[in-house]
Amino acid sequence: MMEAKSFQLFPEAASTIAGSVDGLYAFLVLVSAFFSLLIAFLVVFFAYKYRHRPGVAFKPEPVDDHSAGGMLLEIVWTGIPLGLSMIMFVWGVSIYFSEARPPANSMEVYVTGKQWMWKIQHMEGAREINELHIPVGRNVKLTMTSEDVIHDFFIPAFRTKADVLPGKYTTEWFQATKVGQYHIFCAEYCGTKHSGMIGTVYVMSQADYNTWLGAGSGEGSMAEQGQALFNQLGCGNCHSNAVNLNGRCPNLNGLYGSKVDLKDGGSVKADEAYIRESVLYPQSKIVAGFDDYMPTFKGLITEDGMLKLIEYVKSLGAKNGSINSATSAPVQTGDSPQSKAKPQGKPMAAPVAAAPAGNR
Amino acid sequence: MITATATEKETKNYLNAEHGLKSWLLTQDHKRIAILYLIAVSVFFMVGGLMAVLIRLELATPAGDLLDSNTYNKVFTMHGVVMIFFFLIPSIPAILGNFLLPLMIGAKDLAFPRINLLSWYVYMLGGLFGVFVLITGGVDTGWTFYTPFSTTYSNGYVVMTAMAAFINGFSSILTGLNFIVTVHRMRAPGLTWFRLPLFVWAHYATSVIMILGTPVIAVTLFLLMLERGLHIGFFDPAYGGDPVLFQHLFWFYSHPAVYIMILPSMGVVSEVISTFCSKKPFGYTFIAFSSLAIAVFGFLVWGHHLYVSSQSAYAGMVFSILSYIVAIPSAVKVFNWAATMYKGNVRLETPMLYALGFIGLFTIGGLTGLFLAAMGLDVHLTDTYFVVAHFHYVMVGGAVMGYLAGLHFWWPKMFGRMYPQAWSKIAAGLTFVGFNLTFFPQFILGYLGMPRRYHVYPPEFQVFNVLSSAGASILGLGFLIPGIYFFWSLKNGEPAGPNPWGATGLEWQTASPPPTENFPITPVVTAEAYDYTEILSANAKEVTHVG
Amino acid sequence: MASESAAVASHNAHAHPGYGEVRHHFESYEQQKDASTIGMWVFLLTEIMFFGGMFMAYFVYRQWYPTAFASASLKTNLWLGAFNTTVLICSSLTMAMAVHSASLGKRLLLVGFLIATLVLGGAFLGVKAYEYHDKWEHHEIPGEHFECEGCADAGHTPLFFALYFGMTGLHASHMIIGFGILVVLIWQAYKGKFSAKWYTPIELFGLYWHFVDVVWIFLFPLLYLIDRSGQGGLH
Repeated sequence: MMEAKSFQLFPEAASTIAGSVDGLYAFLVLVSAFFSLLIAFLVVFFAYKYRHRPGVAFKPEPVDDHSAGGMLLEIVWTGIPLGLSMIMFVWGVSIYFSEARPPANSMEVYVTGKQWMWKIQHMEGAREINELHIPVGRNVKLTMTSEDVIHDFFIPAFRTKADVLPGKYTTEWFQATKVGQYHIFCAEYCGTKHSGMIGTVYVMSQADYNTWLGAGSGEGSMAEQGQALFNQLGCGNCHSNAVNLNGRCPNLNGLYGSKVDLKDGGSVKADEAYIRESVLYPQSKIVAGFDDYMPTFKGLITEDGMLKLIEYVKSLGAKNGSINSATSAPVQTGDSPQSKAKPQGKPMAAPVAAAPAGNR
Repeated sequence: MITATATEKETKNYLNAEHGLKSWLLTQDHKRIAILYLIAVSVFFMVGGLMAVLIRLELATPAGDLLDSNTYNKVFTMHGVVMIFFFLIPSIPAILGNFLLPLMIGAKDLAFPRINLLSWYVYMLGGLFGVFVLITGGVDTGWTFYTPFSTTYSNGYVVMTAMAAFINGFSSILTGLNFIVTVHRMRAPGLTWFRLPLFVWAHYATSVIMILGTPVIAVTLFLLMLERGLHIGFFDPAYGGDPVLFQHLFWFYSHPAVYIMILPSMGVVSEVISTFCSKKPFGYTFIAFSSLAIAVFGFLVWGHHLYVSSQSAYAGMVFSILSYIVAIPSAVKVFNWAATMYKGNVRLETPMLYALGFIGLFTIGGLTGLFLAAMGLDVHLTDTYFVVAHFHYVMVGGAVMGYLAGLHFWWPKMFGRMYPQAWSKIAAGLTFVGFNLTFFPQFILGYLGMPRRYHVYPPEFQVFNVLSSAGASILGLGFLIPGIYFFWSLKNGEPAGPNPWGATGLEWQTASPPPTENFPITPVVTAEAYDYTEILSANAKEVTHVG
Repeated sequence: MASESAAVASHNAHAHPGYGEVRHHFESYEQQKDASTIGMWVFLLTEIMFFGGMFMAYFVYRQWYPTAFASASLKTNLWLGAFNTTVLICSSLTMAMAVHSASLGKRLLLVGFLIATLVLGGAFLGVKAYEYHDKWEHHEIPGEHFECEGCADAGHTPLFFALYFGMTGLHASHMIIGFGILVVLIWQAYKGKFSAKWYTPIELFGLYWHFVDVVWIFLFPLLYLIDRSGQGGLH
């Protein structure tokens, strides 16, 4: 627990990964202690044993470090550290790979960093600032981005962190093992109130979590909010699931996770980064069979709004069904009422700016 | 291994050969330029030290009570910028290297004396920019200048600070270039590569990094200045630019820069340990080649700073294994130093105390580097106080201890005077104890999860922070005392004589302080390096004579 | 006994007729010349790394945004770029001739070729300035008023122009420095400072000039010639 003791040597271990990180740490502490003490002992022992004795003439033994003995020593003290360090390398890599790859059945949470706060959106629509409520014993995957500078989402009790970068999505996952409250720190220096950019993870029992979610925001799930934004921006005029206007715009059903063939011959996996790029730089990767028709939406969507849009696109069906939200909110996949007629492909800024899109 | 029967009656030396400010500011004598550097670098060390004092005072309590957040951020930024670019990088090469390299290889000067002087002026010009930033309100980017914070959001004098580091880079390029040519072309007759002192090997390796790495940071800072000053975005995510690319370019230099700081210290320690054991360093060739290995592999490990920066996991693996490999030559050095003491004639004079302190602290610094190279563990540790502790163990425990060992070792050569032995041993002890008390608690803080660059912190971290601040006051004292007695010794110290420690290098064959031309006659080297037989037999005669 | 008091005759006189000055800390003219030459090569190594950082950035971004780079590249003026390439190659030739003349000790020929090099270098810088001006007129300088008319993937094109100005700017600054040094060398050559036995500064400056030329040989295709054979064609 975070408001606990004033003196501790080890941080609380509250995630499935924490144990293995601590194990490697313990191994390294032991190896380091052994070699530090060995060197310290040798230095002190030699300094005493072979100390200069005034009045006694010193005759050095001829040194030949190319002798068999010298060579053997060099090989030994090159080889042993090399061997040990290879153990550390492999061990470290194996932990990293389990840290870096979110399991397929993770529940998703979206994080947006900005100077100097963490904005968190749950799939079910709940939003919070500097607080993250999660159920114990579930794999949780964070998809994170920044509105301004680089931040870093660090939960010491879970032994994990990842940079939160502007213009990119990074992920971080964990499974909490203990109900409690733990620190969230921003670990990448981000300006004046860097040290104030801290928050709390509330690990709750599944029942408590459901209750907490139930209290919700009342704005509908993220996908629903994303859909509202989708319509508001006029995306539906073209990317509509029913009306595929003159076939000018690719259909988004089942897009997420699929392989998209591009006009220039290449292909790309439709992940979060691709969807984001397609909205902001539509000409960068044009889908095969389509023209450079879509205008950019740069400056019209907040990062939070972009996450909602992505969540909406995901809700239109994913390639391999790896996306299963906690309470997969009902999402309308049929015709959306196209409220306002907009000039095709020319989104208007005004409604977006006025909309609560994203910011709490 | 000597030659050159020094002309005993010679009282003219480089210090009193000419007088007046002009004779110093326009000098082309490498020894005088070294003294110019000594003065300037010491001033910057004090400035950086003052910043450290403010940091430790602030962190003694969890709340931000001494400085406001903005000021605190500027203070740690200036601490980093000043200590790294204006103290650590030039300290040993530009002061001791400048002074000793020609002496050690039996040359009259470096290959390009005018470029040498130019490098000092370039350094001072960079320093001027730094001082300007300091006076006008500072900068809060952190010494790492990460974009887009530095280019878009910081509210300090980013261009000026980057300019300071940029200009200063050219000073280190010029120094490195000068050293490389000097070692290649200015060695005395008979002084083959494998007769070179290990100090020279270390400086050669350092120079290679200086000339190959520094231009990359220079161009990176150039891009940064264009982006900050003229809004020409190279790393701006708004146009698809990548802030992580900046980090790659930055660390491509800044990781090898760590070796610019530590390799010369290793060179010093090799000299000191050999001298105070009256024994050739064990594994001379291994120590020499390990310096070169570090210089080469050091260029291939920068990505270990980016394990959590969205770098691909496979790239991370390559950087991780290379980081382990670059650690091996350092380990080899440590073992060889320890082995040198075996059956040696160990005298615990002040320089030796610092050198042994170096071995202890550098060992811990190096071993904790292994923690950070382990990818899975680094995810937890990076950007925490563990990293802060680690690099202070290497930079202060390693580089600064080595610098102090060297300064105490060659001070009698540089100024012809001894400093008080009792005081200097006390200072060495205080530095060692104070250092450990300051930085060891930070390892624990780091594992507990305290992020670096935090102005205020949760109260459960206070105990270790108080310990650290207490240690810092002892460490500060340990740094202050040498400042006083060194100054005192200039006038009042005992005359040192040409070779007070019974050392072997060519620099000890000439007078202390050396004459302007270093050697009255160019020495010819006929013996291997570190041959103590002659010195020891002379001592033995003295012993019999006394007895 | 490990030592002997041997000494090499020290060259205190340092009088080497026709060799120029041998500075006091060198034993011989050869040592001095070797040192200078190695120094220059080490310096050029530094320069390679200096430009290398920018080339790295270029390759990364071009890999990521090939469309934007290809279309923005068409905005460069191919003919001016090609003209400048020719000019620089010619200036390298005149520089090489200058070094050759120096080695033959032909003072006026040396001065002549140096002046030719200067003129060609100046022409390059003039054309470059015109190109920059042109970019300014067309708002092709990254920043608030940037536009890239008719470019594909225009959102990413500022990166191309940032690199264009960064790389050619760095190159041009090397040209300007070279231009300054040339002026001094011409004056010195005219005054007869160099001889067939000693013309190290001319030789070393030649190395520098060729290096700057070679950098341009890389810059030209990387910045001007992307996708010229594609839909853009020559224009």
